[in-house]
Amino acid sequence: MKTSTDKPASATEVAVEPPSAGARGLWVSLLRLVGALIVPSVGFFLLWATFDFLRDENANRGLVVAVAIVVGVGGVFFLFWGMDRVVTLLPTRYREGVRPYVFVGPALVILTVFLVYPVINTILISFKDARSESFVGLENFKFVFTDESMLRAIRNTAGWIIVVPLFGVSIGLAFATLADRLRRGEAVAKSMIFLPMAISFAGASITWKLIYAFRPEGFGTNIGLLNGIMLGLGQQPVPWLQEQPWNNLFLMVIMIWMQTGFAMVVLSAAIKSIPEEIIEAARIDGASELQVFRRIMVPSILPTIVVVTTYMVINALKVFDIVFVVGSAETNGTEVIAERMIRWFFISNNDGRAAAIAVVLFVAIVPVMIWNVRRFREQEATR
Amino acid sequence: MSAQAVRARAQGDDALDARHGGWFVRITILAIVLIWLVPTVGVLVTSFRPEELVDSTGWWTALAHPFRAAAWTLENYRAALSAGGFGNAFLNSLAVSIPATVIPITIAAFAAYAFSWMDFRGRYVMFVAVVGLLVVPLQMALIPILRLYTRGASLGTFQIFPDLDLAGSFLGVWLAHTAFGLPLAIYLLRNYIGSLPSSIIESAKIDGADHFTIFRRLIVPLSVPALAAFAIFQFLWVWNDLLVAYVFLGGTRQNQVLTLALANLVGARGENWQLLTAAAFISMALPLAVFFSLQKYFVRGLTAGGVKG
Repeated sequence: MKTSTDKPASATEVAVEPPSAGARGLWVSLLRLVGALIVPSVGFFLLWATFDFLRDENANRGLVVAVAIVVGVGGVFFLFWGMDRVVTLLPTRYREGVRPYVFVGPALVILTVFLVYPVINTILISFKDARSESFVGLENFKFVFTDESMLRAIRNTAGWIIVVPLFGVSIGLAFATLADRLRRGEAVAKSMIFLPMAISFAGASITWKLIYAFRPEGFGTNIGLLNGIMLGLGQQPVPWLQEQPWNNLFLMVIMIWMQTGFAMVVLSAAIKSIPEEIIEAARIDGASELQVFRRIMVPSILPTIVVVTTYMVINALKVFDIVFVVGSAETNGTEVIAERMIRWFFISNNDGRAAAIAVVLFVAIVPVMIWNVRRFREQEATR
Repeated sequence: MSAQAVRARAQGDDALDARHGGWFVRITILAIVLIWLVPTVGVLVTSFRPEELVDSTGWWTALAHPFRAAAWTLENYRAALSAGGFGNAFLNSLAVSIPATVIPITIAAFAAYAFSWMDFRGRYVMFVAVVGLLVVPLQMALIPILRLYTRGASLGTFQIFPDLDLAGSFLGVWLAHTAFGLPLAIYLLRNYIGSLPSSIIESAKIDGADHFTIFRRLIVPLSVPALAAFAIFQFLWVWNDLLVAYVFLGGTRQNQVLTLALANLVGARGENWQLLTAAAFISMALPLAVFFSLQKYFVRGLTAGGVKG
């Protein structure tokens, strides 16, 4: 049984399926191309052909919805089943060489069309002017790194990507670990932390209005909870969202509130997959609870902690809605990179600058990617 | 339960007591839960209060006099539910959310398996690209995709992407949601599937199973907790999404999803915003039901039987 991640792979474990390279040539490459591209496309067009019915304005809506669900869910299963049928028709020696491309093919096709293409598009636009008519060289990037508001946005975003994952993952991990040890009520307790994730965005904006709302004296009662507390303590009400630089922190609290549920659920699933025997054995050997946590649980779920942290860093990097909805980012000094991008794109209609800001976002993720690749290789080396 | 665990249980209550936390655990959990609940309780209380009171007194004051009948009302819920097209919007949300959850999970699980356990050229590069795509802000991708949907794409006179007329169709929304959900799905599932012990996969191979069989018979059953976890997130995200559905499905009565119908409750000048509190709870009902029904997959020991080295 694997008890820790740093155990060297046993000598009897063979490397994972090395398809004897060479001696394949053009024929296999062609088959791979068929597997990866043409089969998904055929499935895609078959699906699409059934969609005329779903656009029928006069059809019964309940029926349309039922058919849509069956076609959508059944379609994707059929796609993989059909591709597997095609693969089994191939001569045996090519089969396992083609199969990986059948497995990853649909994902790659969709990602290429829906994400890679827009990224390339964005990179091109970042070198063009506001209306993407002529090339302006590095003009837009010069703006990104000299504009006062942009520099503030970069500084604030740096704060977001440190504070939000730090608190989100720590609280999520602590909660998942402790809730795992409740005799009763684990599901209920977890659901309460998870609850904020189920609130739609419109709902969340109202939620925090009821916490942070501020009215100066003489402009009505303060309906925000925090100022209710301040008044109760005999203090003056505070305009929480205008108090620089602390307002940044108050906005981060909203994101921590919304995202801790994610960290908690994923980490909890990982904790549950640690074989109970290992933990019981450590306890019987006299390990304290803190030792069990530090020496057994954390190392076992470390890959998951990395994944959750990465995801939260990326999400914090992309944060825009919280800042955008609260508004007046420039007067409040709460700008963040993604919010600037949306502003320049949709409000100031300067495509070039917006694209340059987006490119900065992509580049900012490179260190996180390198870290992940390193982990990816480590995991492969040790299992 | 294995023989070892049975022995552990028999050896004494110490280990058992340690497993279940004492007061410290319970109080910490309770404290975090209470802090986390405060904002939601604020919305819940507000959703049952009449408009004038919402704007003139803090929501916590209502809790001080919980039995004053005049302080409570169901009007917000009545108004939210009687807004036209509500049933239709609910159906549309289902038609968008269910396939937009199943499709990315299926595609991602196959890809994650390939990235973890199959050897092929370019897998590092592809995996890095997928992780990198996590960072693409979806707002940036909406317009190029909409252009593809309505006009296709051409390089000079050569049509490299056909005009599929996908705008306003369910398929168009599913594919968009699939693409936006895929990087995270592949990333999470690869982490989980990649950490399964290689011994079980090796032994299945020795027994002559091919990759498709291993995937279907071994990997999917063993990955149920991870699949369930991701299903919840994807379902929530799609269910609560307003932007993608609005851009690709359109805002017509016929096509609008629940979030759009609820957002339309609030007038153009921001009046009736207290209706949103009731609306927020109405639209939360289904995701919470999904969460509770998937809870049973987050149980200890689901993989313990299979994970024997």
